[in-house]
Amino acid sequence: MTPLTFRLARLLDARGWAAFAAIAVAAAMVVPLLNTALPAGHPLRLPDYMVPLLGKYVCYAILALALDLCWGYAGILSLGHGAFFALGGYCMGMYLMRQIGTRGVYGHPVLPDFMVFLNWKELPAYWYGFDMFWYALLMVVLVPGALAFVFGFLAFRSRVTGVYLSIITQALTFAMMLGFFRNNFGFGGNNGLTDFKELLGFDVQARSTRIGLYVASVLALALAFLACRFVVTSKLGRVMLALRDAESRVRFLGYSVTSAKLFAFTLSAMLAGVAGALYVPQVGIINPSEFSPANSIEVAIWVAVGGRGTLVGAVLGAFLVNFAKTWLTGAAPEVWLFFLGALFIGVTLFLPRGLAGLAGQWRAGLGAAFRRRPGAVEARDA
Amino acid sequence: MPDANRSTAASAAVEDRQLYLDGVTVSFDGFKALNDLSLVVAKGELRSIIGPNGAGKTTLMDVVTGKTRPDSGRAFFAGDVDLTRLDEAAIATLGIGRKFQKPTVFENLSVFENLELALSGPRGAWATLFAQLAPPEAERIDAMLERIGLEDRRAVPAGALSHGQKQWLEIGMLLMQEPQLLLLDEPVAGMTDRETEETAKLVLSLAGQHTVVVVEHDMEFVRALGARVTVLHEGRVLAEGSIDHVQNDPRVVEVYLGR
Ligand SMILES: Nc1ncnc2c1ncn2[C@@H]1O[C@H](COP(=O)(O)OP(=O)(O)O)[C@@H](O)[C@H]1O
Ligand SMILES: [Mg+2]
Repeated sequence: MTPLTFRLARLLDARGWAAFAAIAVAAAMVVPLLNTALPAGHPLRLPDYMVPLLGKYVCYAILALALDLCWGYAGILSLGHGAFFALGGYCMGMYLMRQIGTRGVYGHPVLPDFMVFLNWKELPAYWYGFDMFWYALLMVVLVPGALAFVFGFLAFRSRVTGVYLSIITQALTFAMMLGFFRNNFGFGGNNGLTDFKELLGFDVQARSTRIGLYVASVLALALAFLACRFVVTSKLGRVMLALRDAESRVRFLGYSVTSAKLFAFTLSAMLAGVAGALYVPQVGIINPSEFSPANSIEVAIWVAVGGRGTLVGAVLGAFLVNFAKTWLTGAAPEVWLFFLGALFIGVTLFLPRGLAGLAGQWRAGLGAAFRRRPGAVEARDA
Repeated sequence: MPDANRSTAASAAVEDRQLYLDGVTVSFDGFKALNDLSLVVAKGELRSIIGPNGAGKTTLMDVVTGKTRPDSGRAFFAGDVDLTRLDEAAIATLGIGRKFQKPTVFENLSVFENLELALSGPRGAWATLFAQLAPPEAERIDAMLERIGLEDRRAVPAGALSHGQKQWLEIGMLLMQEPQLLLLDEPVAGMTDRETEETAKLVLSLAGQHTVVVVEHDMEFVRALGARVTVLHEGRVLAEGSIDHVQNDPRVVEVYLGR
């Protein structure tokens, strides 16, 4: 085995791989089956609206994973990851807008409706190329990646850390929101981009397309998880953990703290961009509210609830908190924000390592209880 | 092979100088932590630096390792490399290792992983992303674990070590980088007598292979090292010589016992 395949095989232990494969396959198969194979009216049949809703959660899970990589491992608490997510979403939205073609209200062959409405005569240069899917995909990772790289370079080189870094990431996403709200920015102002028709020739409203997008999101989550595992099990991953413990020691050992952080931050932003790109066709709209600072804070709460620095916890937290949000905003919308605040405070005070940490403690406790039972040790040794 | 016991290090020829501080001044809001300090340490020498709290010992190490830029003066390494123009990572790569006053190890990594990160090798982000531990490297780490007496604690998170063990681990991490110059800031602070003894043995075993500068309060320890001693006071060199010589110097006695 070459060293690289050896590393890949050891991303997870045997039980980990089994669980990973089982969950990934189940997630990718069960939802489509429950939605399509069961007759209407069957109690287990998944209603159509649930497919994009679950797909949306999967995208949030990718976003949470991205934040965990940079917060849970490299110690960079970014409260601006919503910006990278939204940028990826806008890149996908631009592609979807260009696919509308003459089917818009104004029927203009090139210009999206909002540009015709603003009396624009031609497409701004930064919209060129977005009629090509491969180009849009490239931009989905490059645009958030480039922004994170430049921003991170300036911040990490000046050794901005901790709370200060969190604050300037909030400022970043806030500034982007203000920009994207402006009509002359060329991204549809406060309406954003919407009324999508087709993606790669498939009707975005069609059930089959939605299932396809859901499955693509699950695959992306699985790949993102493995990519993050690859990073955190590498020596670079240990450098990231180390700089959380003692940044100056890392420096004195001759590592560049700036490049380790920059790597984590940029890769994380790219993953967030992918999450946003998958999100937009499933919810059918992207607008500047996605940049709102509160969104980014919510992501940090998902990760904290699930347990940071575990990857699995981030995914879990994203699902649980968003299920709760969907349910609560339906049942009692006015309590949602209080619930979220209480959840965050509760987790910080009582579950500093989140649900994943709780599971670990529980396992350890169970192990200890097992070992305390007379005869248990002998049984294990035998 | 330079003579470790050279009596007048200051007269060393330029190429024999491991470290040369020339008129270094560092001030914090007008207060001079180092005041026109000059100091020469020869290659392969073991040097103790003592001085009361606030004498500027840690600041001196900060200047050498690039953590603090002096207001004036220069610090030269291995003859003519000007350290005041380099950053911490570059200085570390040159071959200067530093043990902090407060033990700084990576608490969430295992003892083995702490040493692994210290291992010399490519430091870039890509290189470390794809790095694999080669068998000879693993052997070097095992040998170091034995040398610092932590072979049976290799898989334990460094945060779970005793204070003394953390100090040794940190010294082990420095040695993995095979530095030419080793700076140890209060390596026996908070150690038991037995641990202090062990540490003295470890430090003595380094002399000759590395140039070692030890900052210490503990007189027993300094005596056990038997090295040339520099006494620092208010950012200046107050006296220099053998331990007996400086202990009998009336100015040193006054600084330590007087007031
Ligand atoms: N970053 C700093 N800001 C202000 N004063 C400092 C700083 N670092 C050290 N000092 C002061 O400089 C003096 C020398 O400190 P230090 O080098 O730590 O002494 P030592 O290690 O000999 O005990 C002390 O009076 C200390 O208060
Ligand atoms: Mg000190």
